[in-house]
Amino acid sequence: MSGFLEIRGLSARLAGTGQRLLRAVDISLPAGSVRGLVGESGAGKSMIGKAVLGVLPKAVEIVEGEILLDGQDLLKVPPAERRRLIGAKAALIPQDPLTALNPSRRIGPQITDRLVDILGWEKARAASRALEVLAEVSIPEPERVMRLYPHELSGGMRQRILIASAFAAEPKLIVADEPTTALDVTVQKQILKLISALQARHGTALLFVTHDLGVVSKVCDTLSVLYAGKVVEDTTVERFFAAPQHPYSRALLAATPRHTDPAASLQPVPQAVIDAAMAEIAAADAAWSAHG
Amino acid sequence: MTLLRLILERLLTTLITLFGVAVIVFVVIRVVPGNPIAMMLPPGATDADIDRLKALYGLDKSIAQQFLIWFGNVLHGDFGTSITTRQPVLSLVLDRLPATLELSVMALVIAVVIGVTLAILGTRLRGHRAEAGIDVANGIGLSVPDFLWGLALILLFGVIWPVFQISGRVSPRLELPFTSQFYLFESILRLRFDLTADLLSHMFMPALALALPLAAIISQLLKQSLKETVNLDYSVLARTKGYSETRVILSEALPNSILPTLTLVGVQFTFLIGGTIIVERLFSYEGLGNMAIDAVVNRDLPLIQGIVILFAILFTFVNLTVDMTYAVLNPKLRHA
Ligand SMILES: Nc1ncnc2c1ncn2[C@@H]1O[C@H](COP(=O)(O)OP(=O)(O)OP(=O)(O)O)[C@@H](O)[C@H]1O
Ligand SMILES: [Mg+2]
Repeated sequence: MSGFLEIRGLSARLAGTGQRLLRAVDISLPAGSVRGLVGESGAGKSMIGKAVLGVLPKAVEIVEGEILLDGQDLLKVPPAERRRLIGAKAALIPQDPLTALNPSRRIGPQITDRLVDILGWEKARAASRALEVLAEVSIPEPERVMRLYPHELSGGMRQRILIASAFAAEPKLIVADEPTTALDVTVQKQILKLISALQARHGTALLFVTHDLGVVSKVCDTLSVLYAGKVVEDTTVERFFAAPQHPYSRALLAATPRHTDPAASLQPVPQAVIDAAMAEIAAADAAWSAHG
Repeated sequence: MTLLRLILERLLTTLITLFGVAVIVFVVIRVVPGNPIAMMLPPGATDADIDRLKALYGLDKSIAQQFLIWFGNVLHGDFGTSITTRQPVLSLVLDRLPATLELSVMALVIAVVIGVTLAILGTRLRGHRAEAGIDVANGIGLSVPDFLWGLALILLFGVIWPVFQISGRVSPRLELPFTSQFYLFESILRLRFDLTADLLSHMFMPALALALPLAAIISQLLKQSLKETVNLDYSVLARTKGYSETRVILSEALPNSILPTLTLVGVQFTFLIGGTIIVERLFSYEGLGNMAIDAVVNRDLPLIQGIVILFAILFTFVNLTVDMTYAVLNPKLRHA
């Protein structure tokens, strides 16, 4: 089965040192489904999201692989065409709403700009669409909010606006990179519910980067567990929680806080598991070097 | 409301600053060696002649007394009489001010155009070899002072390849219909573009000489700021929307990088105005700066005081303008 987003054998490294950041990553995301991307800090979760959206840092180079968006390999189309393609079919819900809105531009244009400049909508149509999505994310007085500057709004409000902006062009794919970690705990749940509801209503495919397995269990259908830039387990959410296959997945699950048994939670990942995972990766790397 | 308060506060500090400047200048030019009276009299004048003239110009009194007299007159709008030309200082100075203002503003415009263009180009081409070229150009711009640029330009466009005028403000043979001293401004208003062309041809090189160091500063600072801004989250988000790199620089990064650069440009602009003194001399441009040098050479104390005070007013006015522009442009202050 081929998904709306198909990442195949994607490998990336740092241009300077040659350090490997992604190791033959395979990810398939059917239209309308939600895939969680979990793993510890530095595992490469954000890197995958950035690769899909064409905003990898200059220092990172893709060595091989394919990123198929709606059947088209993004790595094979010319840059200008790729940007347009991504702008039309995908969107990002960023991590930090405080820094993701331009402080010197009003809210309205920051929602309508993609519609007008990239998709060529009439201004009036874009404005009414913006009002529509703002209402959908429960922003009160959307007409007024459109004229405000970001600093006049709270973090939670700004994240709602960024979510509205992401859904405004009806993208088929949304990448959400830890969209709640920068928010107050009280707001986190609302935002999570909101994203989940909008995703379901619009039938958007969602690549959800997080390191919170609790969130995964609520929002996601499938799950990729990432370790040192390698997908060590690719499974459905039910199977993962019932019977995680990879030792690292089991350790990750064991380290997750559980309300039922606080004493058992927050165990560090055992060194033996890390050693085993690293050995696996070293073997894969050796094979990679051999054929490359 | 905050804007009004800002203006009032700045006016108050401006007055205090000006008073301080007046005191310092008054004292300094009287204690440095050099005697205006001696320069006015023919050789062989007697001590009696000298004393008579000294008394005439009030130079026989103590510095404190002289200052009180001068300051009292200034409060009535009387800046004294030039010793060399025997004309009122105020009208002399105000007559020359427009020439210097036009030159400085022209230089500022050139500096902003060159500086902003180079900064945007350098950011767009970051990592390429062209960026290194722009950095080298900035380095040269920063390390060569305005009067050396003036000499180089005279050589280049005045002597080797004479396309611009190198001396004066306007060609002497021209009939000037102007009623003010703002020649350039007035020539445009009167649609006398032949005169505009002549004025620009005279003004271009001194203005460029003054502009180049400032252009380099603007370019370097703005580029540094832009390079940081294009990696911020909102710039990355704009790229995911489909925007080109150029568009990200112009509409996402530039509005946020202009503000921090602006404050600095204000300070540097006052240096530029200071630079007119030597550059005007170099190009025999009939402005305040040129007159200042004559005044110093002739020890024309009242005129020197008048010019220095006027420059000080100009500087504080520039700073006030910058602060106000900052307040108006900054959305966070606008709504405060
Ligand atoms: N701009 C960059 N230049 C060089 N290396 C980078 C850059 N950004 C990230 N990296 C490296 O790439 C690797 C993967 O980073 P990534 O941001 O994808 O991690 P992550 O899984 O999202 O972690 P986190 O949970 O902390 O967000 C890390 O080792 C990181 O040090
Ligand atoms: Mg991350």
